[in-house]
Amino acid sequence: MNIARLSWKNLTDKPLNMALSLILFALGVGLISLLFLLEKQLQEKFDKNLAGIDLVIGAKGSPLQLILSSMYHIDSPTGNISLEEARPFMRPDHPLIGEAIPVSLGDSYQSYRIVGTDHRLVGLYAGKLAEGRLWEGDFEVTIGASIARELGLKMGDKFKSSHGFVHDDDLEHGDAQSFQVVGILAPSGAVIDQLILTNTQSIWKVHGEHAESEGAADDHDHEAHEHAEGEHAEEGAAPGDLSAESGGEITALLVKYKTRNFQTLNLPRNINENTDLLAATPAIELNRIYARLGVGMDALQVLALVIVVVSGLSIFISLFSSLKDRKYELAWMRVMGATPGKVFLMIILEGLLLAVSGYVLGIALSHFGMEVLAGFMKESYRYSLTGAVFMWQEVAILAGALLVGFLAAVIPAIQASNADISTTLAQR
Amino acid sequence: MLRTTGLEYSYDGKRTLSFPDVSCEQGSHWLVLGQSGCGKTTLLHLLGGLLTPSRGTVEIAGTRLGELRSTARDHFRGRQIGIIFQKPHFVRSLTVGENLQLARHLAGQAPDQERIVHLLERLNIVHKLQARTDNLSEGERQRAAIALALVNKPKVILADEPTSALDDHHTGEVVRLLEEQASLAQATLLVVTHDNRLKAQFPHQIQLQVQPNASGAL
Repeated sequence: MNIARLSWKNLTDKPLNMALSLILFALGVGLISLLFLLEKQLQEKFDKNLAGIDLVIGAKGSPLQLILSSMYHIDSPTGNISLEEARPFMRPDHPLIGEAIPVSLGDSYQSYRIVGTDHRLVGLYAGKLAEGRLWEGDFEVTIGASIARELGLKMGDKFKSSHGFVHDDDLEHGDAQSFQVVGILAPSGAVIDQLILTNTQSIWKVHGEHAESEGAADDHDHEAHEHAEGEHAEEGAAPGDLSAESGGEITALLVKYKTRNFQTLNLPRNINENTDLLAATPAIELNRIYARLGVGMDALQVLALVIVVVSGLSIFISLFSSLKDRKYELAWMRVMGATPGKVFLMIILEGLLLAVSGYVLGIALSHFGMEVLAGFMKESYRYSLTGAVFMWQEVAILAGALLVGFLAAVIPAIQASNADISTTLAQR
Repeated sequence: MLRTTGLEYSYDGKRTLSFPDVSCEQGSHWLVLGQSGCGKTTLLHLLGGLLTPSRGTVEIAGTRLGELRSTARDHFRGRQIGIIFQKPHFVRSLTVGENLQLARHLAGQAPDQERIVHLLERLNIVHKLQARTDNLSEGERQRAAIALALVNKPKVILADEPTSALDDHHTGEVVRLLEEQASLAQATLLVVTHDNRLKAQFPHQIQLQVQPNASGAL
């Protein structure tokens, strides 16, 4: 029987008092830890998927929506733009733009998005092949690692796409050709894990009748064709190269600058003012998201701190009021040879033990909560987060928890160790 | 063994209690008699090192309590002095056995479960080893308190009104147990009481007088 065991027995002797303090403490710690987990993982996801993209060009609408839909694939696109509008920015000899990767959205399979693009998108996220090869011909797809795992798709599997991003059998493109899996990417932790990649032409062909009905653009076509021919010679046709195409539509262009200078600073404004296109800068839009999330996060953080303070107060009150009941037994311990220091230690340990138990419970709660949340996120956004990570902040939270436990116990501990045993024992 | 010289204690510097010198041989049994207010409990607390005298000395087994620092006095008390109160005190969250283990730990003694069981056997409450102290009868509580006072093999056992709340039958039994256990441990026993029923059983007696300038409360 040592002091630590005695402290523990004293705590468990009053299970209701202990439970109240413990639950409050665990809630506070859990909430703080959950916020850290969420913030860290979301930020990591967002930053990873930034992938050095300087600018996104798409149809007019909300810049945030454009970024979310064409870079992060968690919102609907603002609309489509014609290839002709986009073509000036895809010129290899553009003075400012180094790379402009076309992205065409609109279809999905089992609510995973099918993206018509070219091979540079894979390079953007440093994606590597786990099996097979990248798409070459029409209706060949290379799928992300998450899809292969979740849907059990294998090399050579065929499927039909459906319209929109929500899984619905009625919206399946039943009469269109099936896609075939020719490659599977290795997990990258980036957004390509949850994308089905193919060439832009395949997206058009699925919507074949759609493209035909847009014959109105015929006039431009010839002009554009001539343009394209010229460039063709210079560059050489890569698979999925759109420079030879005409009349189609794409959803957005992901742009990387050659170098950043004051001209590139002005480029988005020029595009927004002088064309029918929308240019959005991911870094700016991301900061806006963080700022918006930040307000909520801050509010929750304050709430969590308030809960921790209240739980500290509850530890303090329950220890302090227990001293009254334990007045005689504390005096008796002194009679049996306990020094004031041991009595002090016993009460402090009771505070610390409560804090540590609350901390362990709270951390467990937050990781469990994160797993549950990750399940929701996966369902609605196909974003994979996890509760099975450790953060250095958790060590900091432990230090904070110990401090709260100590502070809550220190006044009762001083009071208990200074009590006059003779006076107490002389009371009848 | 247990010796006091010129012992005085003053409350807030004004009212002063003075006590006759006491000198007890090792293993002898003493009764300190006196009415309420004559300072019996104060004397017991002075002997146990729970109070510091304003004048005079208390010497137990060759050690003067006044010369020990307060933590050393706590340790000394734990090892050498067993105290039994009128109302037994225990750590409520622990069982009888755990209370005894704690008493050994607090006195800095090595754990000795064998001694604990043996002691409880002698006191006839070994079946309460795992019981919580709340679940003991009055007689069992008093026996458990005696076990606690004895568990560290003290040289001196002090008992403060151990029988005042008990009927004749239990009084006789508690005194018999105290004397028996003190003799077995060869400890000096000093019982402080106003209970005249005990007079016949103790050959050595000290009578305390009510002191006119003393506080009535003690």
